[in-house]
Amino acid sequence: MKDIELKTLSAGFRDPEVIHSLTRKINKLATELNDSIQVMEVCGGHTHTIMKYGLNQQMPDNIEFIHGPGCPVCIMPKERINHAVELAEQPNVILVTLGDMIRVPGSKGSLAECRARGGDVRSVYDPMDALTIAKENPEKTVIYFAIGFETTTPMTAVLVELAETQGIENLLFHVNHVLVPPAVDAILSDDDCRVNALIGPSHVSVIAGAEIYQPLVDEYNVPVVVSGFEPVDVLETMLNIVEQKLEEQKSGEKPKLQLQYSRAVVPGGNTAAQKKVDDCFEPREHFRFRGLGDIPGSALKLRDKYAHRDAELIYSDKLSTEELDDHKVCLCPSILRGQAKPYECRAFGKACTPSRPMGSCMVSSEGACNAYFRYSDLTDSE
Amino acid sequence: MCLCVPSQIVELHEDSTATVETMGVRKRVSVHLLSDSLAVGNYLLVHVGFAISRIDEKDALESLQEYANLREELGEEEFSRLLV
Ligand code: SF4
Repeated sequence: MKDIELKTLSAGFRDPEVIHSLTRKINKLATELNDSIQVMEVCGGHTHTIMKYGLNQQMPDNIEFIHGPGCPVCIMPKERINHAVELAEQPNVILVTLGDMIRVPGSKGSLAECRARGGDVRSVYDPMDALTIAKENPEKTVIYFAIGFETTTPMTAVLVELAETQGIENLLFHVNHVLVPPAVDAILSDDDCRVNALIGPSHVSVIAGAEIYQPLVDEYNVPVVVSGFEPVDVLETMLNIVEQKLEEQKSGEKPKLQLQYSRAVVPGGNTAAQKKVDDCFEPREHFRFRGLGDIPGSALKLRDKYAHRDAELIYSDKLSTEELDDHKVCLCPSILRGQAKPYECRAFGKACTPSRPMGSCMVSSEGACNAYFRYSDLTDSE
Repeated sequence: MCLCVPSQIVELHEDSTATVETMGVRKRVSVHLLSDSLAVGNYLLVHVGFAISRIDEKDALESLQEYANLREELGEEEFSRLLV
C-alpha cells in the first residue's frame, strides 16, 4: 500500500468533488424516505463544519440539522463563570483557562473584563502551560479553571498527576468537566424533542470510546454515527444515517451505532486516558448546563484524595452559590431540542450578538446562534 | 475548541513529549495519553497540545479509495444520462 502524506489526511477529506458526489448520493436516496430526518450534530465542531461548508444548504428539504449542546464554553452557566471571576479577584492568584472562556460574561462580567480591572487572568491554548505558569510563579496560587467534555478531561488529569509527582503545590483546579451522554439524554427524553438521528462527537469517542452512545441508540431508537470533523466525514455520516433510515423503513431493521471516523477512533476508546481520568475524577450528582438546566450525573469533580487541589473546596467561602439563568426571551432550550432556529429569537443579532451574548448558543464560535450570526454576514456592533 | 489537527512525529523526547509537524509548523506536544509505542513518521491527532490518538493510515487510505470509487460511479451515471 502506498504511503499517505500529511496533507492528504486533511485535504483528502475536504475534496470538493467528493463533497459533490456524496451530496448527490444523499439527495438521490433521500427521495425514497417516507419520513423526514432531524439529525442533531451534538458537537460544536460539527456545527462549525456544517455552517462553514454550507452543508445544511446542500441537504434535501426532508433532512434538517439541529445544533446540539456540545460546546463546553456555551454550556457553562453564569454562576460558574462568576466563580472564575471571584477566584481571579483573590489576592495572589493567577487564574488560567482555555481559549474562548475568557470572553464569556457571567453576571459579574467576563474574565477579560476582570483582567482589564487588574486581575491576573491568563488564557492559554495548551493546558500544560498552567503547570509552567505554576512553576514560574512559586509565590502565587495558580488556579486552572478546567473546562471541556470527555476530550479535554484527560489533559486536566495529566496536569494533576504531574503536579503531584513533581511536587508543585501551588497549582489548584476548579473543575467544570462535563459529559456528553447525559446531556444528549436530557434533550432526547423531552417529549417535544424532534431529533431522530445523531452525529456522534468523534473526539469525545477518541477518548471515551464509540460505545458510550449505545445506550442512546437502545433507549431512543435513533441511529448514531460517530463522525470525523472534515466536510467529507460529515457527509459520509449523513449518507450512513439515510441508509440506516431506509433499511429501517424497508425491512424494519433497528437503528444502530456506526463508526465513520474509524481512522482515529477504536470502539473502546483510549484506555490509557480513561485510566488517568478515573484516577482523578468522580461523577458529580448533578450540574447545571447553560440553556438546558440541571442534569443528573452530567459532570465530574476531583476525587477526595485530591481535595488539597480543589479550588472549589479551598475557596468555598469566597464563591457565590446563586444559580443564574439566561434572559427569558432566549430560545436556546428550544433551539437545542430542534423546535426553533436562531433567527426566530427576538434578540438574535440585536440585543444578543457574539460580543454581548445573552444566551448560551451565542457564546462561542461553536454555538448555533453564533454560527448563524457569522455565516449570515451580520455585523457585530462592538 | 474540539477541533484537532493531524500531525506527524518528527522527533520523540524523553519526557513523554514529541516534536510534531502540522502543515509546515513544528511544535512540541505531550504524548502522556498514548500508551502504544510511537515512532518517528507516525500520524497523531493533536488536541490542545496533547496527542489523543494515532491515526490509522491504512484506514484513512481505504476511506479515500472508497470516495474515489463513489466519484467514479456517480460520474459514470451522469455520463450515461448524457448519452441517452
Ligand atoms: S440569539 Fe441569543 S438570546 Fe436568542 S436564542 Fe440565541 S443565544 Fe439565546
